[in-house]
Amino acid sequence: MSSITTRDAPRGFSLQEYLTCLTGIVWREGLRFLHQRERFVSALVRPLVWLFIFAAGFRQVLGISIIPPYETYILYEVYIAPGLMAMIQLFNGMQSSLSMVYDREMGNMRTLLVSPLPRGFLLFCKLLAGTAVSLLQVYAFLLIAWLWDITPPPSGYLTVLPALILSGLMLGSLGMLISSGIKQLENFAGVMNFVIFPMFFASSALYPLWRVQEGSPYLYYLCEANPFTHAVELIRFALYGQVNWISLAVVAACTIVFMIGAILAYDPSRGLARRGPAGGEG
Amino acid sequence: MTSPAPITEPRETPGLDPATVPALSIDGVSHSYGPRRALMDVSFNVQPASFTALLGLNGAGKSTLFSLITRLFGIQSGRVGIFGHDISKTPGEALRLLGVVFQPRTLDLDLSLTQNLLYHAALHGISRREAAARSGELLGRIGLSERAASKVRDLSGGQMRRLEIARALLHRPRLLLLDEPTVGLDVKARADIISHVRQLVTEQGIGVLWATHLFDEIMPGDDLVVLHQGKVLAQGPMSRVIAEAGAQDVNTAFMRLTGAQTVPGGGA
Repeated sequence: MSSITTRDAPRGFSLQEYLTCLTGIVWREGLRFLHQRERFVSALVRPLVWLFIFAAGFRQVLGISIIPPYETYILYEVYIAPGLMAMIQLFNGMQSSLSMVYDREMGNMRTLLVSPLPRGFLLFCKLLAGTAVSLLQVYAFLLIAWLWDITPPPSGYLTVLPALILSGLMLGSLGMLISSGIKQLENFAGVMNFVIFPMFFASSALYPLWRVQEGSPYLYYLCEANPFTHAVELIRFALYGQVNWISLAVVAACTIVFMIGAILAYDPSRGLARRGPAGGEG
Repeated sequence: MTSPAPITEPRETPGLDPATVPALSIDGVSHSYGPRRALMDVSFNVQPASFTALLGLNGAGKSTLFSLITRLFGIQSGRVGIFGHDISKTPGEALRLLGVVFQPRTLDLDLSLTQNLLYHAALHGISRREAAARSGELLGRIGLSERAASKVRDLSGGQMRRLEIARALLHRPRLLLLDEPTVGLDVKARADIISHVRQLVTEQGIGVLWATHLFDEIMPGDDLVVLHQGKVLAQGPMSRVIAEAGAQDVNTAFMRLTGAQTVPGGGA
């Protein structure tokens, strides 16, 4: 067994140590996910209900004209698939944050935060781990959707991956930012209503924005300003091997802003600690 | 049983004489939650290879102090050093030398014992192979080798505590903090944990800060810090604290100190 080297002089951390830490956090998140099968099932059932029931019923009501990235007339199911993929990530991002609130209450967050590695890095790992879990869910959804005749080009399954990672990080860091402002688990239900549903409905997930514009210009501007719209469009274009540059820029910028915000909010000297001891004092 | 890997090798750091650098130094630390002051100008040291009992009732500020030492909360005023590393300025170097057992349980109940240990090792950047070897060794030392693959959920309270202590030792810290680790355990489990931790002090030279409100966990020869309503009322070797309070035992000394609210002179 290797002996301990002199540790009193600051020696920093090697790249290897960072990577070990990152894989450890992702591995643990994966294990926890496997132990929560009902979470996986509900993560899949939600978009499938939209796909099988809502989309089937809505198909006759809403005609979709040919809009990029589609080159032909498409079924409504095909149109909302990317929106549902983003929805999976939206819920997962919020749920990961919920688990962080829960973890904090259970004291598990303490285990993470007393790691000697920089706190910002630890939180980034946590976000990446949450995103990895969302990828499992999205690809499981894509598999079922394929059986339902939603068949993007085969290469699309690969090109959509970077888009999913970025949108997963954006929604995860948004969730983390929100969760750091929540003290009680119950308050999270309010966040679902005030964040998840407005974000989902005021976006291009369920209807093309030109349709919205016909109905209400103001709502259109709101949808355009909604980062979730851009996550959906980024995924939609990537699934067909294209890049929507505006959406890419918006999602990337929002990811950076949300992530910095989330990390700062977790900073003990500026965030939580001011409000009092986390998890009860002895 | 098996002799543990060397923890206290001679250290050669220019400017820091190992003989005089305390394992933990708390220097003028105060902390408030809004208007409520939880800690007021707290100062004391924990020496390497010593057992220091932090004695205080519930609400004395022990957990706040632990949150500050572990960098969970930012330091508002004062300084916390671990083997000379300032927790605010070089938290990485300081936390590397620190092992901690929090009062609430912080294990993943659905994961196995080994998985819990491997996760902790990863958080410290310890490679998987090395982590597996150390986990096996530590599980052996706490007598839970056969349970390595069981879920933590199936352990008893005492076993969970022992696992948490093993986990805290996985990265081979030289300072160990324990926040009321025996609360809720039966007599046997309590005795096991106390003797295990005392062994770490004598055999491995680890500095221990043991927060408690149970007087019978303290032994002659321990260092004592009496914390009451956020203030240090007395500190020093147990015999001195008792003598200065004009008492016969810790219990009476504590009652006199906290009842009278007088701060005896003398500090480390």
